Amino acid sequence: MTLAADRVSRAADGRLILDGVGICPPPGAVTGLLGPNGSGKSTLLRVLCGVLAPASGVVTLDGRPLADLRRRDVARRVAVVEQQADTLVELTVADVVRLGRTPHRRAWAPLSGADERAVHDALERTGLADRADRTWHTLSGGERQRAQIARALAQEPRELLLDEPTNHLDLQHQHDLLHLVRELGVTSVVALHDLNLAAMYCDHVVVLRQGRVVVAGTPGEVLTEALIADVYGVRAAVTDPDADGRPHIRVLGTLTRERAAPAR
Amino acid sequence: MTTSLLRGAAGLGTLLLSVALAITIGPADIGVTDVWSVVAGHLGGDAHGLTPIRDGIVWNLRLPRTLLAAVCGAGLAVCGAVMQSLLRNPLADPFVLGVSSGASTGAVAVVVLGVGGGALSVSGGAFAGAVCSFAAMLLLSHTLGGTTDRVVLSGVAAMQLFSALTSFIVVTSADAETTRGVLFWLLGSLGGAGWNDVWICSAVLVLALAVCLGHAGTLDAFAFGQDTASTLGVDTTRARLVLLCATALLTAALVAAAGAIGFVGLVLPHAARALVGPGHRRLLPAAALGGAVFLVWIDTVARTVIEPQEVPVGVMTSLVGVPAFVLVLYRTRRSRR
Repeated sequence: MTLAADRVSRAADGRLILDGVGICPPPGAVTGLLGPNGSGKSTLLRVLCGVLAPASGVVTLDGRPLADLRRRDVARRVAVVEQQADTLVELTVADVVRLGRTPHRRAWAPLSGADERAVHDALERTGLADRADRTWHTLSGGERQRAQIARALAQEPRELLLDEPTNHLDLQHQHDLLHLVRELGVTSVVALHDLNLAAMYCDHVVVLRQGRVVVAGTPGEVLTEALIADVYGVRAAVTDPDADGRPHIRVLGTLTRERAAPAR
Repeated sequence: MTTSLLRGAAGLGTLLLSVALAITIGPADIGVTDVWSVVAGHLGGDAHGLTPIRDGIVWNLRLPRTLLAAVCGAGLAVCGAVMQSLLRNPLADPFVLGVSSGASTGAVAVVVLGVGGGALSVSGGAFAGAVCSFAAMLLLSHTLGGTTDRVVLSGVAAMQLFSALTSFIVVTSADAETTRGVLFWLLGSLGGAGWNDVWICSAVLVLALAVCLGHAGTLDAFAFGQDTASTLGVDTTRARLVLLCATALLTAALVAAAGAIGFVGLVLPHAARALVGPGHRRLLPAAALGGAVFLVWIDTVARTVIEPQEVPVGVMTSLVGVPAFVLVLYRTRRSRR
């Protein structure tokens, strides 16, 4: 039991974005957060890390409500990688990763040996050690996402939240990145669009629609043809070629188009 | 670590040397040793044997003026650096938040309209005006939602409003003589510097600089925006309030003493970043030293270039500063390739 949300709701402009959501990501595993656009994935992640406060319900870290903890203490446990972080500041990769030490450093204190080690470690684990001196603006999209993950790792978190980290990445980098997240071994929650990526890399998936949890479980249990048709409105063929509980999804067409098309 | 200490020492040395040299420049012929003996004499050392007039030129005119130039330059550059990072806007500076305009309105209200009935000095009026415009800006940005772009927009609105008020007061109520005096002050001038100004501004500078340096890591964390800063453990609302108040207070004190000196707050932080990088633990001291040295020399040029006339220092900062800035940008552009 690490980070958990219990009956969390949140509204914006009079519309419910989250409507009584409860999730409990299994420790040490990768949890995929699925659902169409506007289903509340990003908002749930922002509530989980405490950037947004829930209107009702509670998010707990080791059983203690997030609202009772200091921001700094939360940041030492929970790290977040945003969808597309950007900056105007001329930072090097090492500068970006050092930002991860912010919650561990006191005001006026220089970088300690432990800080240096954490930064070095994070660069090694993300394969960026040889690019530490490159500036942010010279990095490719994949390198930027990896730098953000390195920054998050430098926080030495036990929970890692990622909001659609594979957006804007090419195929190889999408797989590299999710492979990296799997190898980290920290409790991770990843919002994803691609169901096959979710099936390949997640141990547990939660499907959201209109701010509510539709179903949660292993990819094999959850990602069925019926669910995909129901939540995403597409017709799909789901097979399990390796019979390892990691299904393969082939999308055949949208349901709405077929309904609109005249029967032959 | 040792290299940055060495650089810091070199910067401090440059500042001290600049102050000492700047004092010797002017119509009355005074050498560095004269400056030294006058200062030593006033600090309780031996009698220096200089005439009272020369002593007065150094101790009552040039020394406080040069020191105020250094304090103003340092303060404005630090304010600019902090605001640019906090609001994630390379164009942010004390003027954008409307603090300087508010100070001008306050000063003009005292000089032209006689607000306060003589009990309020020009500086006092400027300070009150700065606080008013800053409060108006905070209230407006809070009403509009409190995000950083709203803070910048509210600042621009406050700046426009208070500039218009200033012009309105000057145009409708001032005679030609007063207008000239007011205009000189509006453009920024260190001509009236006294020891009182130096003490007040130095005290506020030390206080504000300490607050900002204590938040150096927080300012770094704002590089990827408020949400990222928040996930890095920063209480963003509190940090922004504390830092904006510290810089507004400092700006108010500086503008009250020396008028609205432009350019320094906008550009010196960029030059400092080009020299020492974006980390605020180094950037803030570098901006402070750079701003101080810059304004000491700009003021020296301003008061000597067309003797016995004086150019408002705010005019000179831009005349000399813009070409220098373009040169710095051009060189960093080439070195980055």
